[in-house]
Amino acid sequence: MNFQVIIPLLIFLIIIFLIGVFASKKLANSSSFVQDYFLGGRELGGLLLAMTMVATYGSASSFIGGPGIAYQTGLGWVLLAMIQVVTGYFVLTILGKKFAIMARKMKAITLIDFLKERYQSKWVVLLSASSIILFLFSAMAAQWIGGARLIESITGLSYTSALFIFAASVLVYVIIGGFRAVAITDGMQGIIMVVGTVVILAGTIIAGGGIPAIMSDLMAENPNLITPFGADGSLTPLYVSSFWILVGVGVVGLPQVAVRAMSYKNSKAMHAALIIGTIVVGFIMLGMHLAGVFGRAVLPGLDTPDTVMPLLALHVLPGWLAGIVLAAPMAAIMSTVDSLLLIVSSSIVKDVYLNYIRPDAPEKNIKRISIGVTAVVGVLVFFMAIDPPAFLITLNLFAFGGLEAAFIWPVVLGLYWKGGNAMGALASIFVGVLTYIGITVYYPDAFGMHSVVMPVMLSLLSYVLGSIVGRNRKRQEHQEIINKYLL
Amino acid sequence: MHENFNKGKGDWRYPIAHKEAWIGIALVMFHFAWWYGFAYGFGSKPVESYTYILGFPAWFFYSCILGFIIIIILVILVVRFLFKDLPLESDEEGDRP
Repeated sequence: MNFQVIIPLLIFLIIIFLIGVFASKKLANSSSFVQDYFLGGRELGGLLLAMTMVATYGSASSFIGGPGIAYQTGLGWVLLAMIQVVTGYFVLTILGKKFAIMARKMKAITLIDFLKERYQSKWVVLLSASSIILFLFSAMAAQWIGGARLIESITGLSYTSALFIFAASVLVYVIIGGFRAVAITDGMQGIIMVVGTVVILAGTIIAGGGIPAIMSDLMAENPNLITPFGADGSLTPLYVSSFWILVGVGVVGLPQVAVRAMSYKNSKAMHAALIIGTIVVGFIMLGMHLAGVFGRAVLPGLDTPDTVMPLLALHVLPGWLAGIVLAAPMAAIMSTVDSLLLIVSSSIVKDVYLNYIRPDAPEKNIKRISIGVTAVVGVLVFFMAIDPPAFLITLNLFAFGGLEAAFIWPVVLGLYWKGGNAMGALASIFVGVLTYIGITVYYPDAFGMHSVVMPVMLSLLSYVLGSIVGRNRKRQEHQEIINKYLL
Repeated sequence: MHENFNKGKGDWRYPIAHKEAWIGIALVMFHFAWWYGFAYGFGSKPVESYTYILGFPAWFFYSCILGFIIIIILVILVVRFLFKDLPLESDEEGDRP
């Protein structure tokens, strides 16, 4: 064991834990537990909003899986990763003020609250709650595996004990602190991610003897490494562009990101978050993926590219600094997991239990149930992650695609198109999820594109068709929704 | 709802929100064109004929590094000059036309 590396990591975990305790104190004085636990009482300022979006979105794949593929593929993968800069400003401009204003009129706390009020349909709520639970569960499992692998590779503990440490620390602060703890720790984790990126990139460039030297090393090994087409020439412009939908514009449909677009304090906070978010997302994506590519010149011939980040940190930095830098992927993973955990439990507690099972539950019960469900979900994911599947990034991106295919149109067109109705939303979620699973399983890379593209197009079509077909049902109710929220 | 006593007019903030969403879409289109154009415009040449800027192949520099800087500048300008500060709560002073 390398104590120089472990001590900074331990300090990091302790601080996170203290934030949870601090946030739980605030929760104890709260007048509306649900609003506070799941949304932090809509008081995020610009910096915190930007950081929590970046941290939630920047996950194990940006710090472990992504650099790993960049190591294998070369600059082409950095090009692909840089698409994600779009998310920094796109989510907040598209959902933007309209979503914030409407969510406040509706008193919505979760994405599903929004869908419930907008479409007034039990089936829309149940179907979306189940897609969220299904897909976020698999996304979470992927993140936990990443977290455990990281602790395993740093400390030399067994995978299971690493997973246990990771799970225990996340569960404690989420369960006691709720959304506010998650947002504050996200803010801190975002900063750690930025600092970690700078340090590791600088360390790698120095170890590689400067950028021109690294480039000629790469070119000597395989000239394709410095083209946009990838080491084996397989990154076609069409495929790379279709990623633009998956990790760029489609992110609007992710519940864990969308919920943040309703949690900000005022439009000033949103404006600040737009700018900070763009800079931070781009910076982390560029820096981490470049470090992955450069790592090839410093540490050639790794068998498991996923380990390039930890190995690079240990190789090019002094021990204590490596510990701080390795807190960055740790932070990325934890900050994604904590939000997913909260979204899944809010879907269960708020969207299913409080809506349909016991709407009149007293405040005291709600508190117990929220905390209990969060704990149970966490423990279930722990058991799922004990025997993990091989490809981390695949599982994570799989879940992203599924949620995007399900929600992007019900959210976006629900905001901007008066004609959109429950029939359209149902058709869209149904077709999106089914075609996504079908295409991923039976016909991946359909027409040379990532498997998310077709489902997103088909679910758009279904939304429009469904809305037209369902136009004459419940005319009265539909007009009321429009008058209340869309005019 | 009481917000709509201005009948037919609706929420005065929505047109502004819609305009800002369109600006977002325009920004994304421009970003994609820049990113794609430089990457494949310069990057499709044979590797031997690549030129380098700050050690990076030119396609990568223009597409991913300069492109990123340009987008940051555009986002700052757009937010500063085109986006409006709005009250988000409906029951505050936000309902005046």
